[in-house]
Amino acid sequence: MKKQQPEWQLRLYIAGQTPKSTTALNNIKKYAEEHLKGQYSIEIIDLLVNPQLAEGDQIFAVPTLVRKVPEPIRQIIGDLSNEERVLVGLNIKPLK
Amino acid sequence: MRNKISPQNPEKFIFPKTPTGIEGLDEITEGGFPKGRPTLICGSAGCGKTLLSMQFIIKGITEFNEPGVFMSFEEPSNDLALNVKSLGFDLEKLKSEKKLVVDHVRVERSEIEEAGEYDLDGLFIRLGHAIDTIKAKRVVLDTVESLFSGLENQAILRAELRRLFNWLKEKGVTALITGERGEATLTRQGLEEYVSDCVIILDHRVIEQVSTRRMRIVKYRGSTHGTNEYPFLIDENGISVLPITSLKLNNEVSSDVVSTGVPGLDAMFEKGGFYRGSNILISGTAGTAKTTIASYFALEQCRKKERVVYFAFEESPQQLLRNMKSIGIELEKYVKNGSLQIHSSRPSLNGLELHLLTLQKIIREFKPTTIIIDPISNLITVGSEFEVRSMLVRLIDMLKVNNITALFTSLNKQNDTLRPDMAEESVSSLVDTWVTVRDMEGIGERNRGIFIIKSRGMGHSNQVREFVITSSGIKLLEVEVGPNGILTGMARHSNLIDKEVNQLKKENELGRKDREIARKRKVLEANIAALRSEFESVEEELSILKSTEHLESRIKSEKKTSKPAKK
Repeated sequence: MKKQQPEWQLRLYIAGQTPKSTTALNNIKKYAEEHLKGQYSIEIIDLLVNPQLAEGDQIFAVPTLVRKVPEPIRQIIGDLSNEERVLVGLNIKPLK
Repeated sequence: MRNKISPQNPEKFIFPKTPTGIEGLDEITEGGFPKGRPTLICGSAGCGKTLLSMQFIIKGITEFNEPGVFMSFEEPSNDLALNVKSLGFDLEKLKSEKKLVVDHVRVERSEIEEAGEYDLDGLFIRLGHAIDTIKAKRVVLDTVESLFSGLENQAILRAELRRLFNWLKEKGVTALITGERGEATLTRQGLEEYVSDCVIILDHRVIEQVSTRRMRIVKYRGSTHGTNEYPFLIDENGISVLPITSLKLNNEVSSDVVSTGVPGLDAMFEKGGFYRGSNILISGTAGTAKTTIASYFALEQCRKKERVVYFAFEESPQQLLRNMKSIGIELEKYVKNGSLQIHSSRPSLNGLELHLLTLQKIIREFKPTTIIIDPISNLITVGSEFEVRSMLVRLIDMLKVNNITALFTSLNKQNDTLRPDMAEESVSSLVDTWVTVRDMEGIGERNRGIFIIKSRGMGHSNQVREFVITSSGIKLLEVEVGPNGILTGMARHSNLIDKEVNQLKKENELGRKDREIARKRKVLEANIAALRSEFESVEEELSILKSTEHLESRIKSEKKTSKPAKK
């Protein structure tokens, strides 16, 4: 059960392989490995390929990271270079 | 859509425009919004920005076959659909026909965290996807400013918005961007910096408890446009703009003459009535039978199979019918057969603009040939004189264009001169024919007089005619001239009695003279007889004498002849 439905389901919306989206992807991978190891999944959605998906998650900026689970849904926009804000946004208590 | 080329003037460049389909707005923008460019609509809360843009999209679909995308930053699409459904727009149907995309972009600050650099490509992609799926020609962003409250990084936002508007231009869609009215700037976030091809301000003012919505085109690059503030209305059909002076005074005119319906009044006009399509003002003080004259006119038009609309601002239809019946004007059957419509409302029910629109709508639906407004002066209670005037100008323009004969009544204050007072002057220059009914007071009574002040393009009587209202209607009395001018009422009556007495006297006198002559003749004849008999007696005497003498001389001659025989 736990393996099928990871505790943290994240979605990263990007629009093509821009420097910003690459940075964002690298950043979130790094933070997730650091704080949520083994309990997360990241889905990457390229809006250039699937533009119709933008509406569902109310995406207007890219890159946008959406926390689908746990509820409530949270959005973090930007290249996620500010770690503190990403962790606050995802409501992850940083391990100190 | 194919570009239209004006057939009259093919060389002349026509600024490409996208018609809005909103009544009146195309007139003041001279064709619509700039085609393929963004237009900014700004205004404070509740002044109709969303509705205007929604109407732009829907009319685009239904009238010009241009699919549209409505991107809302404020209201969820369900709410939007519900809101405009009451105005008769069915969004769901258009959506299912793939003519319309409504997209709600929710920007909730509490749900969004900004971490680092970003751009609004997501929005671009969403919009681009929506445009591409239905091949949209029209786009609305309502209100893009919501992004400012949802996002912290204003620098990025501004740069992105600039990019967005340029991108919209490149896409070749006609875009409408709405924005909240700001304190010092047109919009709170200074959107006018980015959208500068066409800017329209909407305004909602309440003056003396009557609200009026207005619209003004602040700028319109590359095109001329109406520059005034134009009132507009929101009713069950959405927005309609009422250009104050749409007319260039070059409407068709008719030389047909329609009868006034009032017995005797026709004769006061050289051609026996009013011109068709002209405006007639009946002014007068309270109780001078303005409504009666108006009803006569209505009746006459109904008889001639014209279609008549009667706007009564003082009486209910039933009351009007009853009152007119009492003087023999039977309007009821025409109401029943549909040639006469009576609309009653209190003037204070609506603002002036709504009144005008109501009139406009009824005229469009019923297509009357004659309208009567009784009285227009009541409208002054709703607006200032200036506003009433401007409304009437528009109304009269509209009527002239449709060649509708219009009769207005106007209540004015009693004054001493025969000239009407200032209240009417707001209308006087607009009307073609002006008839005044007034009270003529004197020697303890009040009489009604009617006269024509002006009648454009037609000679008319200069007399003040007295008239009476009896149970069989209005009667214009013959002019009665006394030693000091025209007589009315009791003066007329006593003058008539005087005349009668004089007549009797004259007749008596004549009789007496006749009898005297007869007597004289008798005397003469008697005298002649006496003389004749005298003459006859003298003549007889003479003949006796003559015969005596004759006898004597014969006897004498007999004696002479016998004498010589004796010798």
